[in-house]
Amino acid sequence: MNSSLALDGDGDAWRLVIGGDWSAPAIAQVQERLELLPQRLEGTVVCDWSGAEAPGIGPAWALLSRLATAGHGELTVHHVGAPHHIAWLEELQRRHVAAASSPARAADGPIENLGRWAIAQAGEVRSLADFLGRIVVVSGRALVNPRALRIPSLARHVYETGVTAIPIVSLIAFLISVIVAYLGAQQLTRFGADIFVVDLVAIAVLREMGVLLTAIIVAGRSGSAFAAEIGVMQLNEETDALRAMGMNPIELLVVPRILALVITLPLLTILADAMGLAGGGLLAHLQLHIPWSQFTSRLRDALAPTTFWSGLVKAPVFAALIAIVGTYRGMQVRDSARELGRLTTLAVVQSIFLVILADALFALLFVRLDF
Amino acid sequence: MNADARPPVIRIRGLVNRFGGQLVHDGLDLDVAAGEIFGIVGGSGSGKSVLLRTMLGLKRADAGTVELYGRDVGRLSPAERAAFVQTFGVTFQNGALISSLTVAENIQLPIREYRTQAPAALAALADLCVALVGLPPETAEKYPAQLSGGMVKRAALARALALEPKLLLLDEPTAGLDPISAAGFDQLLLYLHSQLGLTVVMITHDLDTLFRTCGRMGVILDGVMVSGTRAELAANPHPWIQAYFHGARARAAPEEANG
Repeated sequence: MNSSLALDGDGDAWRLVIGGDWSAPAIAQVQERLELLPQRLEGTVVCDWSGAEAPGIGPAWALLSRLATAGHGELTVHHVGAPHHIAWLEELQRRHVAAASSPARAADGPIENLGRWAIAQAGEVRSLADFLGRIVVVSGRALVNPRALRIPSLARHVYETGVTAIPIVSLIAFLISVIVAYLGAQQLTRFGADIFVVDLVAIAVLREMGVLLTAIIVAGRSGSAFAAEIGVMQLNEETDALRAMGMNPIELLVVPRILALVITLPLLTILADAMGLAGGGLLAHLQLHIPWSQFTSRLRDALAPTTFWSGLVKAPVFAALIAIVGTYRGMQVRDSARELGRLTTLAVVQSIFLVILADALFALLFVRLDF
Repeated sequence: MNADARPPVIRIRGLVNRFGGQLVHDGLDLDVAAGEIFGIVGGSGSGKSVLLRTMLGLKRADAGTVELYGRDVGRLSPAERAAFVQTFGVTFQNGALISSLTVAENIQLPIREYRTQAPAALAALADLCVALVGLPPETAEKYPAQLSGGMVKRAALARALALEPKLLLLDEPTAGLDPISAAGFDQLLLYLHSQLGLTVVMITHDLDTLFRTCGRMGVILDGVMVSGTRAELAANPHPWIQAYFHGARARAAPEEANG
């Protein structure tokens, strides 16, 4: 059955005939009928409920709200044949509206938003400085008192961020250097300069790609894990529990993770370098028929003494960036699962961005130093 | 028992649930009549929450039948299930409000899914539910994380009421609340019960809530349900029931039971 609503009368005496299905599931249809009522009503209106079947409180409430909006406080509403809960709903609505009387705050203009943003950014800088300061203090204490190093926790993180990353880092370094060697070989054979594929692969892998790829993989694996682990601990009030027991979450949770990554990322980089050279050598052998002995002797000529170190020296810096961003975002999680997801994503995106930015700065620096 | 006159809202016969080798329910029977407030108690691990999950159709019974409004919960087609879930409202122990939605959006979630998308209707119904549970109007725009424990429980009840069900299933509605908030919640429940003619089944450990609101109550003991009024249960010689109904906490709770 359909719900119906008929308004007749004029001036200031109205009669509203409510009929048909006004039960709770009929709300969609009821709402369509309500939309047809005039925007403004004055005087008195008599609602005749006698034709309504089992009216639910939802539709009745929607009608009362609609009449209140149309009446602007100048409409008197009477009910005839109404279900017993109408009077109760009217009273409930009166109280609800009275409680909500404070007008909604005006939307902010661009100036307010800019100001709010600036304040938020300043707060961010401050809290980051605070976080870094705490890390320095804890690290300093660890130099004096090795117990503050939390060796068991450090070992676990070295295992989780380093040992378990070995397969994926090896595979990706190997495949990428095969790709680079293949592309290089295609170009260089045109000049008969096949042997320079070795230079290309060696310099690209050792200077840049080994460390950069490893850092990006680690940012995706461990940076996100740091943010999520610490974030969940924040949500469960575990960090508060640690503080309440007189322990320092920075010392227990943050510093071991940063140290672990600073230890493992250079090691993973060395592994990636080796796998990359192996991949390049394999491709040179299969595609260009350069024997392994020739590959290694060419390798020795191609590499300056600094090539390997100019890649490796970046690894601890990247590691610190990734770990600091991950743990910092984790410590920022408050209140909800949504924050956890947002900050974990932010941790990964920002750490990859910072790694690439730092890499660019290193490149500039190395050019200046002729390193 | 008034359950004889009308068909019961909830009718459970010979329910068996087991986890691995452990028997949680072993031939459990339960009848809940329309319009009553029924409390379920039992020791930790006695299977109260499993019983609730079975009634909701979230867990399949290993044997026996669970009927809500005469329909077997275990044998619903997807289309029947959509109609079935609209017949009851449920609150979970920790509120289970969706944390990425405001209170108003949480209330509107089932309405949007099953009833209407019209913005005016959604706004009116969210207002209604917020008003029904006695939350201040500005709460509607807040996120669950910004609410106190008592407000979360009320907001969860508001969402349970969104589709105007005649049956409410509540899991520990007053757990974790201070006694004054808990008493407020009890009053709210009695008030809604009388205004809307609801049938309420609640799991509770709160003796005050149990005695203040529930006409009948059931104890899950060794996998079966022993139910009756407070006086009937208090006369039961089973040691767990004796300890529960005559312990220090029970003696401190008010004597009069609401019928």
